[in-house]
Amino acid sequence: MAIEGADLVKAAGFLGAGIAMGFGAIGPGVGEGITAAKACEAIGHNPREAGLITRTMLVGQAVAESTGIYSLVIALLLLFVV
Amino acid sequence: MSIDLHLSVTMAAYAGAGICIGIGAIGAAIGEGYTAAQATLATGRHPEMSGEIFKTMLVGQAISESSSIFTLVVSLVLLFTPHAAVSAVSVVVPLAAGLCMGFGALGSGIGAGYPAAAACTGIARQPAMAGRLNTNMIIGSAVCQTPATFALVISFILLYSDFSGRPASPTWAAILGAGLATGLAAIGPGLGGGLVAQAGCEGTARNPEQAKAAINIMLLGQAIAQTTSIYGLLVSFILIFKSLPATDLLAPPMGLLSAGICVGVGAVGPGIGVAMTARSAVASITRHPTLTNELIRTMLIGAAVAESTGIYALVVSLVLIFVV
Repeated sequence: MAIEGADLVKAAGFLGAGIAMGFGAIGPGVGEGITAAKACEAIGHNPREAGLITRTMLVGQAVAESTGIYSLVIALLLLFVV
Repeated sequence: MSIDLHLSVTMAAYAGAGICIGIGAIGAAIGEGYTAAQATLATGRHPEMSGEIFKTMLVGQAISESSSIFTLVVSLVLLFTPHAAVSAVSVVVPLAAGLCMGFGALGSGIGAGYPAAAACTGIARQPAMAGRLNTNMIIGSAVCQTPATFALVISFILLYSDFSGRPASPTWAAILGAGLATGLAAIGPGLGGGLVAQAGCEGTARNPEQAKAAINIMLLGQAIAQTTSIYGLLVSFILIFKSLPATDLLAPPMGLLSAGICVGVGAVGPGIGVAMTARSAVASITRHPTLTNELIRTMLIGAAVAESTGIYALVVSLVLIFVV
Protein backbone atom coordinates (compact mmCIF):
# COMPACT_ATOMS: atom_id res chain seq x y z
CA MET A 1 0.00 0.00 0.00
CA ALA A 2 1.66 3.18 -1.21
CA ILE A 3 0.57 6.18 0.80
CA GLU A 4 1.00 9.50 -0.94
CA GLY A 5 0.85 13.01 0.48
CA ALA A 6 -2.52 13.97 -1.00
CA ASP A 7 -4.11 10.69 0.15
CA LEU A 8 -2.75 11.12 3.65
CA VAL A 9 -4.10 14.68 3.84
CA LYS A 10 -7.53 13.51 2.69
CA ALA A 11 -7.53 10.64 5.19
CA ALA A 12 -6.62 13.02 8.01
CA GLY A 13 -9.36 15.38 6.86
CA PHE A 14 -11.98 12.61 7.00
CA LEU A 15 -10.88 11.49 10.43
CA GLY A 16 -10.82 15.08 11.64
CA ALA A 17 -14.33 15.71 10.33
CA GLY A 18 -15.73 12.73 12.23
CA ILE A 19 -13.94 13.67 15.43
CA ALA A 20 -14.99 17.33 15.12
CA MET A 21 -18.69 16.62 14.68
CA GLY A 22 -18.79 13.66 17.06
CA PHE A 23 -17.22 15.38 20.07
CA GLY A 24 -18.75 18.71 19.11
CA ALA A 25 -22.21 17.20 19.47
CA ILE A 26 -21.77 16.23 23.14
CA GLY A 27 -21.78 19.68 24.74
CA PRO A 28 -24.78 21.24 22.98
CA GLY A 29 -26.79 18.04 23.45
CA VAL A 30 -26.29 18.03 27.22
CA GLY A 31 -26.48 21.82 27.60
CA GLU A 32 -29.70 22.25 25.65
CA GLY A 33 -31.17 19.32 27.54
CA ILE A 34 -30.45 21.05 30.86
CA THR A 35 -32.08 24.25 29.53
CA ALA A 36 -35.21 22.41 28.44
CA ALA A 37 -35.33 20.54 31.76
CA LYS A 38 -35.27 23.78 33.73
CA ALA A 39 -37.92 25.24 31.41
CA CYS A 40 -40.23 22.31 32.23
CA GLU A 41 -39.62 22.86 35.95
CA ALA A 42 -40.21 26.61 35.61
CA ILE A 43 -43.52 26.08 33.81
CA GLY A 44 -44.51 23.73 36.61
CA HIS A 45 -43.84 26.47 39.18
CA ASN A 46 -45.32 29.35 37.18
CA PRO A 47 -47.60 28.17 34.37
CA ARG A 48 -48.88 31.67 33.59
CA GLU A 49 -45.50 32.63 32.19
CA ALA A 50 -45.28 29.55 29.93
CA GLY A 51 -44.90 31.64 26.76
CA LEU A 52 -42.09 33.75 28.17
CA ILE A 53 -40.33 30.68 29.58
CA THR A 54 -40.54 28.81 26.27
CA ARG A 55 -39.19 31.85 24.42
CA THR A 56 -36.28 32.23 26.83
CA MET A 57 -35.58 28.51 26.56
CA LEU A 58 -35.44 28.63 22.77
CA VAL A 59 -33.14 31.69 22.69
CA GLY A 60 -30.85 30.08 25.26
CA GLN A 61 -30.78 26.82 23.36
CA ALA A 62 -30.02 28.64 20.12
CA VAL A 63 -26.95 30.19 21.75
CA ALA A 64 -25.91 26.81 23.20
CA GLU A 65 -26.39 25.29 19.75
CA SER A 66 -23.79 27.62 18.23
CA THR A 67 -20.79 25.47 19.17
CA GLY A 68 -22.49 22.47 17.59
CA ILE A 69 -22.93 24.48 14.40
CA TYR A 70 -19.25 25.51 14.52
CA SER A 71 -18.40 21.79 14.66
CA LEU A 72 -20.69 21.08 11.72
CA VAL A 73 -19.12 23.91 9.68
CA ILE A 74 -15.59 22.72 10.46
CA ALA A 75 -16.55 19.11 9.62
CA LEU A 76 -18.02 20.17 6.27
CA LEU A 77 -14.97 22.36 5.54
CA LEU A 78 -12.69 19.39 6.27
CA LEU A 79 -14.79 17.17 4.01
CA PHE A 80 -15.35 19.41 1.03
CA VAL A 81 -13.06 22.44 1.03
CA VAL A 82 -9.68 21.72 2.61
CA MET B 1 9.84 -11.96 13.64
CA SER B 2 6.99 -13.18 11.51
CA ILE B 3 3.53 -13.40 13.02
CA ASP B 4 1.09 -15.64 11.17
CA LEU B 5 -2.56 -14.75 10.71
CA HIS B 6 -3.94 -17.34 13.15
CA LEU B 7 -1.75 -16.00 15.93
CA SER B 8 -2.77 -12.41 15.17
CA VAL B 9 -6.47 -13.28 15.25
CA THR B 10 -6.05 -15.08 18.58
CA MET B 11 -4.19 -12.10 20.03
CA ALA B 12 -6.90 -9.75 18.80
CA ALA B 13 -9.61 -11.99 20.31
CA TYR B 14 -7.86 -11.99 23.72
CA ALA B 15 -7.36 -8.23 23.61
CA GLY B 16 -10.98 -7.74 22.56
CA ALA B 17 -12.21 -9.97 25.40
CA GLY B 18 -10.21 -7.96 27.93
CA ILE B 19 -11.39 -4.59 26.63
CA CYS B 20 -14.98 -5.83 26.47
CA ILE B 21 -15.33 -7.02 30.06
CA GLY B 22 -13.04 -4.26 31.36
CA ILE B 23 -15.20 -1.40 30.07
CA GLY B 24 -18.41 -3.40 30.48
CA ALA B 25 -17.85 -3.94 34.20
CA ILE B 26 -17.74 -0.19 34.95
CA GLY B 27 -21.35 0.73 34.27
CA ALA B 28 -23.26 -2.02 36.06
CA ALA B 29 -21.02 -1.73 39.12
CA ILE B 30 -21.68 2.01 39.47
CA GLY B 31 -25.42 1.57 38.88
CA GLU B 32 -25.76 -1.25 41.39
CA GLY B 33 -23.65 0.62 43.92
CA TYR B 34 -25.95 3.63 43.64
CA THR B 35 -29.00 1.39 44.08
CA ALA B 36 -27.47 -0.24 47.15
CA ALA B 37 -26.57 3.17 48.62
CA GLN B 38 -30.13 4.47 48.28
CA ALA B 39 -31.57 1.17 49.55
CA THR B 40 -29.34 1.44 52.63
CA LEU B 41 -30.48 5.01 53.29
CA ALA B 42 -34.12 4.01 52.82
CA THR B 43 -33.74 1.09 55.24
CA GLY B 44 -32.18 3.45 57.76
CA ARG B 45 -35.19 5.76 57.58
CA HIS B 46 -37.85 3.05 57.56
CA PRO B 47 -36.43 -0.14 59.09
CA GLU B 48 -39.89 -1.73 59.17
CA MET B 49 -39.86 -1.81 55.31
CA SER B 50 -36.45 -3.47 55.14
CA GLY B 51 -37.72 -6.73 53.62
CA GLU B 52 -39.55 -5.03 50.75
CA ILE B 53 -36.66 -2.60 50.09
CA PHE B 54 -34.17 -5.47 50.10
CA LYS B 55 -36.24 -7.41 47.55
CA THR B 56 -36.60 -4.37 45.25
CA MET B 57 -32.89 -3.62 45.52
CA LEU B 58 -31.96 -7.14 44.42
CA VAL B 59 -34.43 -7.17 41.50
CA GLY B 60 -33.19 -3.74 40.35
CA GLN B 61 -29.56 -4.77 40.64
CA ALA B 62 -30.25 -7.95 38.69
CA ILE B 63 -31.58 -5.85 35.79
CA SER B 64 -28.55 -3.51 35.96
CA GLU B 65 -26.35 -6.57 35.91
CA SER B 66 -27.76 -7.81 32.61
CA SER B 67 -25.68 -5.37 30.53
CA SER B 68 -22.47 -6.59 32.17
CA ILE B 69 -23.61 -10.19 31.65
CA PHE B 70 -23.82 -9.37 27.92
CA THR B 71 -20.17 -8.26 28.04
CA LEU B 72 -19.24 -11.43 29.92
CA VAL B 73 -20.92 -13.54 27.22
CA VAL B 74 -19.14 -11.70 24.40
CA SER B 75 -15.80 -11.99 26.25
CA LEU B 76 -16.27 -15.73 26.77
CA VAL B 77 -17.22 -16.19 23.10
CA LEU B 78 -14.08 -14.27 22.13
CA LEU B 79 -11.91 -16.37 24.43
CA PHE B 80 -13.23 -19.87 23.84
CA THR B 81 -14.65 -20.13 20.33
CA PRO B 82 -12.52 -20.57 17.21
CA HIS B 83 -12.30 -17.50 14.97
CA ALA B 84 -12.00 -17.46 11.20
CA ALA B 85 -8.56 -16.35 10.02
CA VAL B 86 -8.94 -15.58 6.33
CA SER B 87 -7.55 -12.09 5.87
CA ALA B 88 -6.43 -8.99 7.74
CA VAL B 89 -10.15 -8.27 8.34
CA SER B 90 -10.32 -11.30 10.67
CA VAL B 91 -7.93 -9.52 13.05
CA VAL B 92 -10.20 -6.48 13.34
CA VAL B 93 -13.48 -8.39 13.87
CA PRO B 94 -12.87 -9.56 17.48
CA LEU B 95 -11.51 -6.14 18.47
CA ALA B 96 -14.56 -4.39 16.99
CA ALA B 97 -16.97 -6.82 18.68
CA GLY B 98 -15.23 -6.34 22.03
CA LEU B 99 -15.22 -2.54 21.79
CA CYS B 100 -18.87 -2.51 20.70
CA MET B 101 -20.18 -4.59 23.60
CA GLY B 102 -17.83 -3.00 26.15
CA PHE B 103 -18.88 0.58 25.42
CA GLY B 104 -22.45 -0.57 24.82
CA ALA B 105 -22.84 -1.80 28.40
CA LEU B 106 -21.44 1.34 30.04
CA GLY B 107 -24.48 3.61 29.90
CA SER B 108 -27.16 0.97 30.40
CA GLY B 109 -25.46 -0.37 33.50
CA ILE B 110 -25.28 3.05 35.18
CA GLY B 111 -28.73 4.04 33.93
CA ALA B 112 -30.59 0.99 35.22
CA GLY B 113 -29.31 1.75 38.70
CA TYR B 114 -31.27 5.03 38.93
CA PRO B 115 -34.86 3.68 38.71
CA ALA B 116 -33.96 0.88 41.13
CA ALA B 117 -32.62 3.45 43.60
CA ALA B 118 -35.71 5.63 43.20
CA ALA B 119 -37.96 2.60 43.71
CA CYS B 120 -36.18 1.72 46.98
CA THR B 121 -36.50 5.32 48.24
CA GLY B 122 -40.12 5.41 47.08
CA ILE B 123 -41.08 2.21 48.88
CA ALA B 124 -39.80 3.69 52.12
CA ARG B 125 -41.90 6.79 51.51
CA GLN B 126 -45.09 5.13 50.19
CA PRO B 127 -45.18 1.49 51.30
CA ALA B 128 -48.65 1.07 49.78
CA MET B 129 -47.24 1.73 46.30
CA ALA B 130 -44.61 -1.01 46.50
CA GLY B 131 -46.18 -3.15 43.76
CA ARG B 132 -46.64 -0.26 41.37
CA LEU B 133 -43.09 0.97 42.03
CA ASN B 134 -41.64 -2.45 41.32
CA THR B 135 -43.50 -2.65 38.00
CA ASN B 136 -42.45 0.87 37.10
CA MET B 137 -38.83 0.11 37.95
CA ILE B 138 -38.76 -3.13 35.94
CA ILE B 139 -40.26 -1.49 32.83
CA GLY B 140 -38.01 1.59 33.12
CA SER B 141 -34.79 -0.33 33.63
CA ALA B 142 -35.68 -2.84 30.91
CA VAL B 143 -35.96 0.06 28.44
CA CYS B 144 -32.51 1.25 29.65
CA GLN B 145 -31.09 -2.06 28.48
CA THR B 146 -32.16 -1.64 24.84
CA PRO B 147 -28.97 0.20 23.74
CA ALA B 148 -26.90 -2.57 25.38
CA THR B 149 -29.01 -5.10 23.46
CA PHE B 150 -28.29 -3.25 20.20
CA ALA B 151 -24.57 -3.52 21.02
CA LEU B 152 -24.95 -7.26 21.72
CA VAL B 153 -26.70 -7.76 18.37
CA ILE B 154 -23.99 -5.88 16.46
CA SER B 155 -21.23 -7.78 18.30
CA PHE B 156 -22.75 -11.12 17.35
CA ILE B 157 -23.38 -10.03 13.74
CA LEU B 158 -19.72 -8.99 13.52
CA LEU B 159 -18.49 -12.24 15.07
CA TYR B 160 -20.64 -14.57 12.98
CA SER B 161 -20.64 -12.83 9.58
CA ASP B 162 -18.50 -14.12 6.78
CA PHE B 163 -16.20 -11.35 5.56
CA SER B 164 -13.96 -13.67 3.52
CA GLY B 165 -15.12 -12.44 0.10
CA ARG B 166 -14.71 -8.77 0.98
CA PRO B 167 -11.68 -6.65 0.08
CA ALA B 168 -9.39 -6.26 3.10
CA SER B 169 -8.66 -2.57 2.73
CA PRO B 170 -11.83 -0.61 3.33
CA THR B 171 -13.62 -3.52 5.09
CA TRP B 172 -11.38 -3.46 8.18
CA ALA B 173 -12.29 0.18 8.78
CA ALA B 174 -15.99 -0.39 8.10
CA ILE B 175 -16.05 -3.18 10.72
CA LEU B 176 -14.19 -1.17 13.34
CA GLY B 177 -16.44 1.81 12.59
CA ALA B 178 -19.56 -0.35 12.90
CA GLY B 179 -18.47 -1.63 16.31
CA LEU B 180 -17.64 1.86 17.60
CA ALA B 181 -20.84 3.42 16.20
CA THR B 182 -23.28 1.21 18.09
CA GLY B 183 -21.05 0.81 21.14
CA LEU B 184 -20.38 4.51 21.74
CA ALA B 185 -23.92 5.52 20.71
CA ALA B 186 -25.34 3.29 23.45
CA ILE B 187 -23.65 5.24 26.27
CA GLY B 188 -25.83 8.37 26.28
CA PRO B 189 -29.26 6.81 25.67
CA GLY B 190 -28.54 4.00 28.17
CA LEU B 191 -27.64 6.48 30.90
CA GLY B 192 -30.44 8.82 29.87
CA GLY B 193 -33.13 6.15 29.92
CA GLY B 194 -32.22 5.64 33.56
CA LEU B 195 -32.61 9.33 34.43
CA VAL B 196 -36.13 9.37 32.96
CA ALA B 197 -37.12 6.14 34.71
CA GLN B 198 -35.81 7.56 37.99
CA ALA B 199 -38.23 10.47 37.67
CA GLY B 200 -41.03 8.03 36.81
CA CYS B 201 -40.45 6.05 40.02
CA GLU B 202 -40.03 9.19 42.17
CA GLY B 203 -43.20 10.69 40.72
CA THR B 204 -45.18 7.52 41.39
CA ALA B 205 -44.06 7.53 45.02
CA ARG B 206 -44.69 11.25 45.50
CA ASN B 207 -48.11 11.33 43.89
CA PRO B 208 -49.59 7.82 43.64
CA GLU B 209 -52.69 9.10 41.84
CA GLN B 210 -50.49 10.12 38.92
CA ALA B 211 -48.79 6.72 38.60
CA LYS B 212 -50.27 6.08 35.19
CA ALA B 213 -49.30 9.48 33.79
CA ALA B 214 -45.80 9.05 35.25
CA ILE B 215 -45.25 5.76 33.44
CA ASN B 216 -46.71 7.00 30.13
CA ILE B 217 -44.60 10.17 30.00
CA MET B 218 -41.61 8.16 31.21
CA LEU B 219 -41.93 5.78 28.24
CA LEU B 220 -42.35 8.70 25.83
CA GLY B 221 -39.23 10.41 27.20
CA GLN B 222 -37.21 7.19 27.13
CA ALA B 223 -38.26 6.57 23.52
CA ILE B 224 -37.05 10.03 22.45
CA ALA B 225 -33.79 9.57 24.38
CA GLN B 226 -33.19 6.23 22.60
CA THR B 227 -33.30 7.73 19.10
CA THR B 228 -29.59 8.58 18.96
CA SER B 229 -28.68 4.97 19.77
CA ILE B 230 -30.84 3.96 16.79
CA TYR B 231 -28.76 6.34 14.61
CA GLY B 232 -25.69 4.41 15.75
CA LEU B 233 -27.35 1.09 14.98
CA LEU B 234 -28.36 2.34 11.52
CA VAL B 235 -24.82 3.47 10.66
CA SER B 236 -23.45 0.13 11.92
CA PHE B 237 -25.79 -1.83 9.66
CA ILE B 238 -24.83 0.33 6.66
CA LEU B 239 -21.12 -0.13 7.41
CA ILE B 240 -21.45 -3.92 7.84
CA PHE B 241 -23.65 -4.69 4.84
CA LYS B 242 -22.64 -2.08 2.24
CA SER B 243 -20.47 -3.56 -0.51
CA LEU B 244 -17.25 -1.60 -0.72
CA PRO B 245 -14.83 -1.46 -3.66
CA ALA B 246 -11.23 -2.50 -2.92
CA THR B 247 -8.79 0.37 -2.52
CA ASP B 248 -5.09 0.94 -1.98
CA LEU B 249 -5.59 4.44 -0.65
CA LEU B 250 -5.81 5.46 2.99
CA ALA B 251 -8.63 8.00 2.67
CA PRO B 252 -11.62 5.66 1.99
CA PRO B 253 -11.05 3.43 5.05
CA MET B 254 -10.43 6.48 7.24
CA GLY B 255 -13.73 7.96 6.05
CA LEU B 256 -15.63 4.82 7.12
CA LEU B 257 -13.90 4.61 10.51
CA SER B 258 -14.54 8.29 11.05
CA ALA B 259 -18.24 7.85 10.19
CA GLY B 260 -18.55 5.29 12.99
CA ILE B 261 -16.72 7.46 15.54
CA CYS B 262 -18.75 10.53 14.53
CA VAL B 263 -22.22 9.06 15.00
CA GLY B 264 -21.11 7.09 18.06
CA VAL B 265 -19.60 9.98 20.02
CA GLY B 266 -22.20 12.41 18.69
CA ALA B 267 -25.01 10.32 20.15
CA VAL B 268 -23.76 10.62 23.73
CA GLY B 269 -24.66 14.25 24.40
CA PRO B 270 -28.16 14.37 22.90
CA GLY B 271 -29.03 11.06 24.58
CA ILE B 272 -28.22 12.50 28.01
CA GLY B 273 -29.65 15.97 27.28
CA VAL B 274 -33.00 14.75 25.97
CA ALA B 275 -33.28 12.46 28.97
CA MET B 276 -32.64 15.34 31.41
CA THR B 277 -35.49 17.24 29.75
CA ALA B 278 -37.82 14.26 29.99
CA ARG B 279 -36.81 13.67 33.62
CA SER B 280 -37.82 17.20 34.60
CA ALA B 281 -41.02 16.96 32.55
CA VAL B 282 -42.05 13.73 34.30
CA ALA B 283 -41.25 15.23 37.71
CA SER B 284 -43.25 18.42 36.96
CA ILE B 285 -46.22 16.51 35.55
CA THR B 286 -46.55 14.34 38.65
CA ARG B 287 -46.40 17.48 40.83
CA HIS B 288 -48.76 19.58 38.67
CA PRO B 289 -51.01 17.16 36.73
CA THR B 290 -53.17 20.00 35.37
CA LEU B 291 -50.23 21.27 33.31
CA THR B 292 -49.67 17.95 31.50
CA ASN B 293 -50.32 19.17 27.96
CA GLU B 294 -48.25 22.30 28.36
CA LEU B 295 -45.33 20.36 29.85
CA ILE B 296 -45.39 17.66 27.17
CA ARG B 297 -45.28 20.37 24.51
CA THR B 298 -42.31 22.13 26.14
CA MET B 299 -40.57 18.79 26.63
CA LEU B 300 -40.98 17.86 22.97
CA ILE B 301 -39.76 21.28 21.71
CA GLY B 302 -36.81 21.30 24.10
CA ALA B 303 -35.88 17.70 23.33
CA ALA B 304 -36.08 18.31 19.59
CA VAL B 305 -33.59 21.18 19.86
CA ALA B 306 -31.28 19.11 22.09
CA GLU B 307 -31.49 16.28 19.55
CA SER B 308 -30.27 18.50 16.69
CA THR B 309 -26.54 17.96 17.20
CA GLY B 310 -27.10 14.20 17.14
CA ILE B 311 -28.75 14.66 13.75
CA TYR B 312 -25.76 16.74 12.54
CA ALA B 313 -23.49 13.85 13.59
CA LEU B 314 -25.70 11.39 11.67
CA VAL B 315 -25.62 13.63 8.59
CA VAL B 316 -21.83 14.02 8.69
CA SER B 317 -21.34 10.26 9.03
CA LEU B 318 -23.74 9.52 6.15
CA VAL B 319 -21.81 12.09 4.06
CA LEU B 320 -18.58 10.30 5.01
CA ILE B 321 -20.03 6.94 3.92
CA PHE B 322 -21.94 7.87 0.78
CA VAL B 323 -20.64 11.19 -0.61
CA VAL B 324 -16.91 11.64 -0.15
